[in-house]
Amino acid sequence: MTELRHRGTTDNELQHQQSDDKGSESESKAERDGASDSETKPDFGVPDVPVPPDDTPEVLNKALSGLSSRWKNWWVRGILTLAMISFFFVIIYLGPMVLMMIVLCVQIKCFQEIITIGYSVYHSYHLPWFRTLSWYFLLCVNYFFYGETVTDYFFSLVQREEPLRILSKYHRFISFTLYLSGFCMFVLSLVKKHYRLQFYMFGWTHVTLLIIVTQSHLIIHNLFEGMIWFIVPISCVICNDIMAYMFGFFFGRTPLIKLSPKKTWEGFIGGFFATIVFGILLSYVMAGVRYFVCPVEFNNDTNRFTVDCEPSELFQLQDYTLPSVLESLTGWTTVKLYPFQIHSIALSSFASLIGPFGGFFASGFKRAFKIKDFANTIPGHGGIMDRFDCQYLMATFVNVYIASFIRGPNPSKVIQQLLALRLDQQLHIFNSLKAHLTEKGLLPALEEAA
Amino acid sequence: MTELRKRGGGGDPDSTDNISDKEADGEDRLGLCGEEDGDLEGDCKAYTPDVPPSTDNTPQCLNKALEGLSSRWRNWWVRGILSMTMISGFFLIIYLGPIMLIVVVMSVQIKCFQEIITIGYRVYHSYELPWFRTLSWYFLICVNYFFYGETVADYFGALVQREEPLQFLVRYHRFISFTLYVIGFCMFVLSLVKKHYRLQFYMFAWTHVTLLIVVTQSHLVIQNLFEGMIWFIVPISIVICNDIMAYLFGFFFGRTPLIKLSPKKTWEGFIGGFFSTVVFGFIFAYLLSQYQYFVCPVEYNSETNRFAVECEPSSLFVMQEYRLPAMVQNVIRWETVKLYPFQIHSIALSTFASLIGPFGGFFASGFKRAFKIKDFADTIPGHGGIMDRFDCQYLMATFVHVYIASFIRGPNPSKVLQQLLVLQPEQQLSIFNTLRAHLREKGMLPPAVPEAQ
Repeated sequence: MTELRHRGTTDNELQHQQSDDKGSESESKAERDGASDSETKPDFGVPDVPVPPDDTPEVLNKALSGLSSRWKNWWVRGILTLAMISFFFVIIYLGPMVLMMIVLCVQIKCFQEIITIGYSVYHSYHLPWFRTLSWYFLLCVNYFFYGETVTDYFFSLVQREEPLRILSKYHRFISFTLYLSGFCMFVLSLVKKHYRLQFYMFGWTHVTLLIIVTQSHLIIHNLFEGMIWFIVPISCVICNDIMAYMFGFFFGRTPLIKLSPKKTWEGFIGGFFATIVFGILLSYVMAGVRYFVCPVEFNNDTNRFTVDCEPSELFQLQDYTLPSVLESLTGWTTVKLYPFQIHSIALSSFASLIGPFGGFFASGFKRAFKIKDFANTIPGHGGIMDRFDCQYLMATFVNVYIASFIRGPNPSKVIQQLLALRLDQQLHIFNSLKAHLTEKGLLPALEEAA
Repeated sequence: MTELRKRGGGGDPDSTDNISDKEADGEDRLGLCGEEDGDLEGDCKAYTPDVPPSTDNTPQCLNKALEGLSSRWRNWWVRGILSMTMISGFFLIIYLGPIMLIVVVMSVQIKCFQEIITIGYRVYHSYELPWFRTLSWYFLICVNYFFYGETVADYFGALVQREEPLQFLVRYHRFISFTLYVIGFCMFVLSLVKKHYRLQFYMFAWTHVTLLIVVTQSHLVIQNLFEGMIWFIVPISIVICNDIMAYLFGFFFGRTPLIKLSPKKTWEGFIGGFFSTVVFGFIFAYLLSQYQYFVCPVEYNSETNRFAVECEPSSLFVMQEYRLPAMVQNVIRWETVKLYPFQIHSIALSTFASLIGPFGGFFASGFKRAFKIKDFADTIPGHGGIMDRFDCQYLMATFVHVYIASFIRGPNPSKVLQQLLVLQPEQQLSIFNTLRAHLREKGMLPPAVPEAQ
């Protein structure tokens, strides 16, 4: 391990010579607000995270060579933003399957970015078991979650194929066994001089899994509710990002939080109102299209996803009477809205008010570990994780919102559980249900005796 | 805050010179000094002072009674007496019933959480930042609220339907829990202080991993308990028995070390413990399966407002005859043997407890070595903290829960009914028809009579 530590030292010296604007001098590093309580000594965490090379494609560089540095940066960011948004539209067009693949890829990339940072912080590149174990745990947790999703949504398909049925019946046991193997491998891999390091990486891996993998699976659950529940929240967060940036750029004066000095109150409030308006308009546009509104279902016969249904009442225009204040302003007595637009106000509010906390969390994390960006995947923007930090809480919020306010339990899941019960239990439930339905008047009272 | 860092640095400037190799990381405050774990002398001794030396917690009366014996036997007796006390306490709690058990599980969980968080504070010298403690306990309350709410909604369905405020809380339970958690998250972000970012993130992660480990396990324990107290008692007893038997076998026959991590464990103890645990589990399961009190699922009776443990024992707890394989027949000269099916399952539980359970113990040993602590705390004289006693239980609770879910029972019928009643009427009707067709097919319902038009 001595070489590792000396390598850290050497890199630091190299950094001294190479970059000045990153302030990687050990003394100035000590003054940076990202330092924790180890400033009395030079912090060797940063040098191991390489200075991001300028990743901008050559073509862009040529096109923008004439402009000054500030505007060049603005243009690079702007062009990449448009590229990402177009890409977003393309994958929406391609359908649910592709969306799931993209979510999976993003998840893996984010996981890799954060784990790489952990390796850099803890100088644990040379302990090969870590990388294997981290990826193994990622596989296990993904297997567990995807298995549950597949069992829920592809129920008929699973029942047909014998091997799938067995995998599905003992799914939890198999996932637990896989996880246990990883756990035992971890315990067996504990090496005398590196206990603490190994425990740190273990903890780091698990927290990363908790944050990233659960979020991505909640996104997929939202997606299956209807693509609108996937598109509108993500768009609201993106819009809030852009609008807050614009408002801050043009009107920004009062700093918002010490953690992110570039954020301003003007940007925050302007972004809030702009996002609400955007959310209402976007949901109006989307709620009329069946492709977005219907739950995604798997058709056993055609073996593909279908998005065809009778839109629920959430997506049917209804008349709302305006409060008298607005009546006098606009001269309308009623207004036709989709109920979903009312919900979109709640989503936009969350995205504008609480979403930024996810961004501050990521900023604090970057300062704590003295990195500028999570990685260099996107020129001008940093890594994938940088783009998705505000989405972090949004996915969970949408999922909880749907579960609490929009829908009850999934009927196919309930049937599945019913059929798994013992027959006497099924009979008992059948009788209770019959009594309940008869009470509600849904069954004729003269229904034949069970 | 300068004093804090200096204190963490080992107290005296001299020691920092000795740690020069590890100082190169700059991470020493965050404990990477632990890379020199095997040897406690010299460099990293700077850290042990922060964890106070274990005070001798033994009550005075015990001390007087044992002062005649030599140190080794005295230790043995202290441990022995405390073991007996704990086991008696265990029996007493079982006698007192399910509510008491839940309360005890809850207390143990809180104590374990507190022990681990205290270690985190010491490692990161974060006593002086008061927000951490508040936030850690707040997150504990949030997660417990979420889990207990789900449990209450499942098992106390009838009670909940009666009371209006409870109904509201149950319906929006996830939303309320999420809101509470988000508030804690925002408080964390707002509490980030300029020079302590990394420390704060470490404590945040430490808290979350601890919650993941301790709180989820304790709730799985409670879920197992509701399946029937036997699913709570037998696994815990098996783990305790394995601990004791492995210790005894190791004490008397131990020769070959098992794993570098715990030098006191031996292969003889491991294997001896395995076989004796399987036998113990088998016999213990036989004893307990006869009592309805242990075997029946715990149900809440809405009328009497108390827990009722009465039922028709499931087929798992009804004696059945098994034919012995020919080999065993020759040896014992019995053709069939009467067993409870549960005893077969107990073999699986014992096997897990003996083979995999110790890995939980090794994990805790590694953890203690990594952070250079001898015991998690000093709550129990001779044994260390609560966490020390429960480290092997760690994986057992999850295993039992997964085992039950996969091999024993299907979904909980009352939960399914509850979900049914929440659905839309059309969905209920469609499910009703599906279920009716299914039951007719299985012969549980008379076939359809042509209805009069």
